Amino acid sequence: MTTTSRRAIVLGVGGLALALVPPIAAALNQPFYVDLFRRMMIFAIAAVSLDLILGYGGMVSFGHAAYLGIGAYAVGIPAFHGVDNGFVQWGLAILASGLAALVIGAISIRTSGVYFIMITLAFAQMLYYLGIGLETYGGDNGMRLTRRSLFGPVDLTNPAVFYYVVLAILLLFLVAGGRVVDSRFGMVIRAARSNEPRARAIGFSPFRYKLAAFVIAGSMGGLAGALLANQTEYLTPDFMHWTRSGEIMFMVILGGMGTLFGPVVGAIVLLLLEDVLSALTAHWQIVLGPILITVVLFARRGLYGLLAGAPTRDG
Amino acid sequence: MAEPLLAIRGLRKRFGGLLATDQVDLDVSEGETYAVIGPNGAGKTTLIGQLAGDLRPDDGAIRFAGRDVTRLDAPLRSRLGLARSFQITSIFPDFSALANVALAVQAHTGGSFRFWRPAAGEPSLTRPARAVLESVGLGGRADVLAANLAHGEQRQLEIAMALATKPRLLLLDEPVAGMGLEESQRMVRFLGTLKGHVTIVLVEHDMDAVFTLADRISVMVYGRIIATGTAEEVRGNEEVRRAYLGEDAPPPC
Repeated sequence: MTTTSRRAIVLGVGGLALALVPPIAAALNQPFYVDLFRRMMIFAIAAVSLDLILGYGGMVSFGHAAYLGIGAYAVGIPAFHGVDNGFVQWGLAILASGLAALVIGAISIRTSGVYFIMITLAFAQMLYYLGIGLETYGGDNGMRLTRRSLFGPVDLTNPAVFYYVVLAILLLFLVAGGRVVDSRFGMVIRAARSNEPRARAIGFSPFRYKLAAFVIAGSMGGLAGALLANQTEYLTPDFMHWTRSGEIMFMVILGGMGTLFGPVVGAIVLLLLEDVLSALTAHWQIVLGPILITVVLFARRGLYGLLAGAPTRDG
Repeated sequence: MAEPLLAIRGLRKRFGGLLATDQVDLDVSEGETYAVIGPNGAGKTTLIGQLAGDLRPDDGAIRFAGRDVTRLDAPLRSRLGLARSFQITSIFPDFSALANVALAVQAHTGGSFRFWRPAAGEPSLTRPARAVLESVGLGGRADVLAANLAHGEQRQLEIAMALATKPRLLLLDEPVAGMGLEESQRMVRFLGTLKGHVTIVLVEHDMDAVFTLADRISVMVYGRIIATGTAEEVRGNEEVRRAYLGEDAPPPC
């Protein structure tokens, strides 16, 4: 089976399964599941965007939550000043986080290894403290989002409508992501991850391609942040905390780095485990830790690699 | 007389106390196969590194195809027609052999800010890539993951990637290193077929390979070129015998 047709099948089946969540939740009279799965999909979008640079581009960005935070504040701050238009808010989220990624990337991509990790982490922490400093917008307590983004007739206060908007964005990103990683552009960033000296020797200057990928991933992360602010109807600097960056990175590693659908699986499984385990015990992280370590040690290509047996980085 | 394709003047590179390249002058004409030999640690790989653009010389100039390329980085030199192989095999292990070569073609045909069309579906990339794989004898291995190729095949793949960039000058850093006798003979025969079509500068330990392929040879010792000439002239040179081929030097392997 070709990669393309495998992807189409996974996308179709997975998309359909996710689309059935609201009616099933309604039938079971468990509206909570709509909320939970919507949250999973929002984090899946963030994880897919991180995987583009982490899994395919080999850039271990440990500050991806920064874009989540920028996206959330791009919704919260205009809303605070009475601008509720969703196109303005989400557009601002995409632009501002893309711009931040441009600056962070232009500096960090010149380094590699531990330095890259530390610089991206440092930028995210800087933004985290900037958020704490924004007294007008609640400082470290954050602030309520008084109303969700307005999109004319599309009413996000309806849980199912909001759910399908998130699902549509996720599917769109997966389709587009699949095209991008196989395109000329995708081949360059994957080649640079695979063997950068070789990529340079055959004539590629990887820097600008990696930077472009970094900006794309940042913008996607920003949109995820805008969705998250609408999801929680609350935003705090904690959106940008380094533990949040680590959580998104875990989703990618758990699901499978360098696979298209792995981060989605990772986001769903991690949040599900969190949900189930935290109901059982207050010390759920003690149980979650070993599970994560086991997956990292024994499933090099993550859960999706185990499920799909994806032999290459193409799946 | 026409300007040589590659002209090196007064090249110098120092690593701490070690003068790895010491006032090297060297001319390579179009179509020539030129070998640099010398004992281990003579500075041959450092020289290749400076020619390819990975290392900045401390002093001196490198002219290639009528241009001063001393300050250009490796990707720019590649796009001017300077291709290289590495001493330690350097390929994209998690791509198929075909994709490895197609990448090299891609790097030299237009920009890569194209986000939608699958690169593997572009005949303008895969067709020339297949032809080059065919020419190095890897035609039947196109879809094999590069990591799963035999060592000798990986070296061939590296040459294929270099050739796919349609180079004017091929820099080969020990192309038969680590190969068995039969494999290395096959590689030497293949490189022989390139003679005249593309200018080659090679650094090599294997004397059989060098004396079979090279039109001219320079002998490098401690970063300095101590002799240049045809195979016969170099073999007969007294200083070379003493410094390299002679009794106190390691025998050429």
